[in-house]
Amino acid sequence: MNARTQVLLWVAQRATAAVLALCIVVHLVTMVYAMRNGLTAAEILGRTRGNTAWFAFYLIFVAAAAVHAPLGMRTILAETLAWRGRTLDCAVLVLGCALAVWGARAAWAVFG
Amino acid sequence: MTGEEGAGVMDRAAGSPPALRVRVWRGGEAGGFQEFQVPRLESQTVLDVVTYIQRNLDPSLAYRFACRVGVCGSCAMTVNGKARWTCRTHVAGVAQDDTVEIAPLNNLPVVKDLVTDMREFFDKWARARGRFTGTRSRSEDFARVSPASPARREVDAAIECIGCGVCYSACDVVTWNREYLGPAALNRAWTLVNDVRDNAQAERMAAVAGDAGCHACHTHMSCSERCPKQIAPTAGIAGLKRVIAAAVLKGGL
Amino acid sequence: MRSNDFRARSHPAYWAFIVHRLSGLLLALFLPFHFWALGQALNGAASLDAFLHWTEQPFVKFAETGLVLLLAAHLTGGVRLLMLEFLAWRDWQKTLLALSAGISLAVGLAFALNVV
Repeated sequence: MNARTQVLLWVAQRATAAVLALCIVVHLVTMVYAMRNGLTAAEILGRTRGNTAWFAFYLIFVAAAAVHAPLGMRTILAETLAWRGRTLDCAVLVLGCALAVWGARAAWAVFG
Repeated sequence: MTGEEGAGVMDRAAGSPPALRVRVWRGGEAGGFQEFQVPRLESQTVLDVVTYIQRNLDPSLAYRFACRVGVCGSCAMTVNGKARWTCRTHVAGVAQDDTVEIAPLNNLPVVKDLVTDMREFFDKWARARGRFTGTRSRSEDFARVSPASPARREVDAAIECIGCGVCYSACDVVTWNREYLGPAALNRAWTLVNDVRDNAQAERMAAVAGDAGCHACHTHMSCSERCPKQIAPTAGIAGLKRVIAAAVLKGGL
Repeated sequence: MRSNDFRARSHPAYWAFIVHRLSGLLLALFLPFHFWALGQALNGAASLDAFLHWTEQPFVKFAETGLVLLLAAHLTGGVRLLMLEFLAWRDWQKTLLALSAGISLAVGLAFALNVV
């Protein structure tokens, strides 16, 4: 992996961090609100079922997390286990894909 | 307590001062701490202590120093776990329960006792393109750079580095990522990135970008915390991140 | 070569790093479980309700509060880093640090108070 790609990964980490910052503020406010109303399936699904705005929001949230978390894990694994190179990059790529798929599934689960 | 005559500079104060228990790293990569008892004196520095040990207790102790007045950086060592200039560290300021622990700088190969091999430190300086490349010759007029210009202010905040290695020793990313150029090399690169007379900016930015360069910094700020010249390499490294990100997003590098 | 120990790491910016790295790691490990739990809704509202009923237990509520604290801490610590890296250098970073710690604590409390 050349330096230019590494810089682009760093930019992606910071960009998704900014997106996640906004998403998480919304998420935290929503959670406190939901807890006050009593957390039931009806309460959650009443908000998300058939609501394309929430669906789009959660898809963006999932996409950003699916990029941000693996890149963070890549740094932690490299620095604590001295694991570097193609095998690490493949492993975190797999993690990213898994998060994207499971996350999209979860978003669909509360929308569809 | 060792015997000494009351001759010369290190006269004993009246009333038998307490002894300072000093643990000193001996050996190379493999080694251990050896204990000495050193008379505790007023205004004593850690370098005074090391010097006392080598002259009076164990002449085989290896250590570096030069100016002994806080301008050269040669006496940099780890004192009670923190990298410092020993000539500028008063024993009274660091001793805990009349004990001081002295070890060589971290992150560098140990040659012997308190002496480290500084080659990788300076090699990384060169790899970061930490040298000036100008365009003018002696037959041209001086370049005019206003000290008040924003770029020059950035340079001035970081230019006083004397390459002592304290920041390099303090940095954990240097420990975890053996290719990492380190705070001093990156700080110097930053001063040159902001030098309007230098014409090697493209090569320099390529040299300090990526996992071995500025992007590996996690803003621990141990370097800025320990720098005896109060330079904040973290600030310069953040600056490099900004400049390089902008260049890459414009299609450069 | 020798390396740094806790004595060299005893300063606020380093603690901020530890909090940020630990919280990020724990959140990354939690995330798949979170997606699985929400995916239960695919099996119908009753399935999700069964899971939510399980989360009513005190120790789960306690863990959830912890998670919210981790999330808030990682968020505020991350915003602090984005500011340090992208804005002009400020000398009052310790204030930034205190601010982020304070905000994350406030958020965690808001959650805990609504849970109890």
